[in-house]
Amino acid sequence: MTLALPSAAMPAPKRQALVVTAVASAGIIMLIAGMLGMWLRFRAAADTRVSSDGRHIIKDWLPSDIKMPEVSANTMLIGLFFGCVMAQWAVYAAKRDDSSHRSIALAICLLMEVAIINAQISVYSQMHIGVTDGVYQTMFYAITGAVVVLLAIGVAFTSVTWFRSVGGRDNDSHVVAAHALYWYVLTAAFCAVWFVVYIQK
Amino acid sequence: MTTIHTNVDATAAGGRVESTQHSLVSVIADWITTTDHKKIGRLFIGLSLVAVAAVAVLAGFLGVERMSASSYSVLNGDSVVQLFAAYQFGLVYAVVAPLFIGLAIAVVPLQLGSRSLSYPRLAAFGFWAWASGLIVTLVAIGTNGGPAGGNSNMVDLYLLALGLVAVGLSAASASIAVTVLTSRAPGMSLLRVPMFSWSALMGAMATVLTLPVLTGTLVYVYVDHTYGRLAFGGNTDIAKWIGWSFTQPQTFVFAVMAVGVLAELAPIVAGVRQPLRPIMLIGITLVSTAALGGATQSTHALTWTGTVSDKVQELIPFALFNLLPILGVLIVLALGALAAKTGRVKPTASIAFAFFGTGMVLVGMLVHALSLIGPAHLAGTVAQESSTLYVVYGAVMVALGALVHWGPKLWGRRLPEKEMFGLAALSLLATVLSSLPYVVAGFLDQPSNVVAGWSYDASALLNTVSTIGHLLMFVAVFGFLGLALKHFSTGTLASDDPWDAHSLEWSIPSPAPAGNFSDIAIVGSAEPLLDIKPVRQGVSA
Repeated sequence: MTLALPSAAMPAPKRQALVVTAVASAGIIMLIAGMLGMWLRFRAAADTRVSSDGRHIIKDWLPSDIKMPEVSANTMLIGLFFGCVMAQWAVYAAKRDDSSHRSIALAICLLMEVAIINAQISVYSQMHIGVTDGVYQTMFYAITGAVVVLLAIGVAFTSVTWFRSVGGRDNDSHVVAAHALYWYVLTAAFCAVWFVVYIQK
Repeated sequence: MTTIHTNVDATAAGGRVESTQHSLVSVIADWITTTDHKKIGRLFIGLSLVAVAAVAVLAGFLGVERMSASSYSVLNGDSVVQLFAAYQFGLVYAVVAPLFIGLAIAVVPLQLGSRSLSYPRLAAFGFWAWASGLIVTLVAIGTNGGPAGGNSNMVDLYLLALGLVAVGLSAASASIAVTVLTSRAPGMSLLRVPMFSWSALMGAMATVLTLPVLTGTLVYVYVDHTYGRLAFGGNTDIAKWIGWSFTQPQTFVFAVMAVGVLAELAPIVAGVRQPLRPIMLIGITLVSTAALGGATQSTHALTWTGTVSDKVQELIPFALFNLLPILGVLIVLALGALAAKTGRVKPTASIAFAFFGTGMVLVGMLVHALSLIGPAHLAGTVAQESSTLYVVYGAVMVALGALVHWGPKLWGRRLPEKEMFGLAALSLLATVLSSLPYVVAGFLDQPSNVVAGWSYDASALLNTVSTIGHLLMFVAVFGFLGLALKHFSTGTLASDDPWDAHSLEWSIPSPAPAGNFSDIAIVGSAEPLLDIKPVRQGVSA
């Protein structure tokens, strides 16, 4: 026996790209939060000693011969904020069916992302540390490497969105919005990494 | 008003592959590349059930070793650590997690009135990532990798493969969550979602929130182990960093859907709408708060020492992290009983599996909470192992019940009720026998995850009984697989609605055709089929 229910037309998709990006973003936040938690735990557990003048407690976490290249780190942060502005510009243009502005915004966003990865490589080259040099160095490469992977995924996401835009996909503003959401989340995650790893050290 | 009718061609494509028309190669290629959620779900379920039988055998071997705490009977002493690693990994990531994720992938779109899973390729990627990670993990452990493994290359491989498992399960969970959030039939608000689909949403989100934390830890441990071995203690300390993911409360995260199955089945067998439905939804949600413990990698013990203020300060996080999931299960059980009291119960094998399985999960949660209370002195004992066994074997029981219930929609045929009742009783006995002795042994200070190094009078008896329990679980699951293979291929054809059920999947033919629904139904309540069915005799409307 089949049962009869009132039927309807096929409902329109409910912003699936945005929702799946939101779910993935939740996972990304937990990934970075977990890694930062581990970082803080190791930093808190690092040995301490009294300074030579006896007036300060020094924590032996960041080796004294390592100089943090803060200019490159700050460049990454600024680049991510600028990328977010471009991503939002793309959303604004997509909502108004302005394909040329949408494509330009996404292209600039892509350029910024490549520049951010370049800045991260610059950080590595300026620090002159090896992954086997010590606890700090190992953990530094692990957490910044995870960020680089997330940036690379973002570059792929932007590339796909940009190609769709250039290819004339004028009806996928939800994909452009999902792309913007990813960059907001990545920027927030990097803000935390920047503060804990590059500023507080 | 539109009648939802059978699409003959689609039924054949969705339910059975006709061997006369397809070569073996094309059938295999079809399954490997499929984006049909019912096939992806069945791949998860099939491999997980095989894993249950394998893990039960492995647990049996370890149990045989434990019968004599002073010498090795079967195994080499060096291999015990690896076997325990495989056993713990198997219970959680080869059995309970993929079993329910597969069930959700197969069933949730049908319940929601959706034609497909959202992002089915993501779910397919999840399956293949999990399956390949599972195989590589076991190969790595088997070749002296894994925690405390002596072959450093294989330890690295183990860490990578475990990461692959975590990514695969997260991807499949994301697909499930997005389906519930975006692909519901018209009129089906989130509060009208069937109980199992709600639990799938909660369980999937809890998985997405906890497994990335494991992934992040694995990144650290892998980089450290591969290069410096300075920060994380090398191979001997791997279990210290990732061990939380193989035990409670992380296992509760994967058991959320088990509780959802009972919540789904209770009003169906009673033939009534679920009384206090929003409270039931809250109960399921409370079980998913176990994710708090997983995400923070912490269990808050209750030492019960110091001043009253100290005790209160301990009690609050203890209750938040350990008692909320228990409260959730109790709410579901209580409201299930209320539904049974309100209606007229027609006992089925599926509800027997689900009720007793959920009961076992509850016992596991209680044992876990007890093991965290200082004066009980159960920390580090085999009682903590018994908690995992109760939860995992209990959840497996529920999953078997779910397969009895939804089997007709996935295979088009029914499993024999009488034999299933027998298997429900056998699996209940197996769960109790395998787990309860370890609770007693915990009070007698038998340490966990070792096969030697303790001494008390009843040691041989308790460990023998537990070993028998594991072997009975193997027999139960093996028997289920045998009956399923036989009856799902040649058994009694199922009607479209064999259980007089309430949700949308029972409005379409059995097995569900490709594309699931030829028309999209409009939902007017949380139990749409009850809106159009006559009220069951003896039940008030």
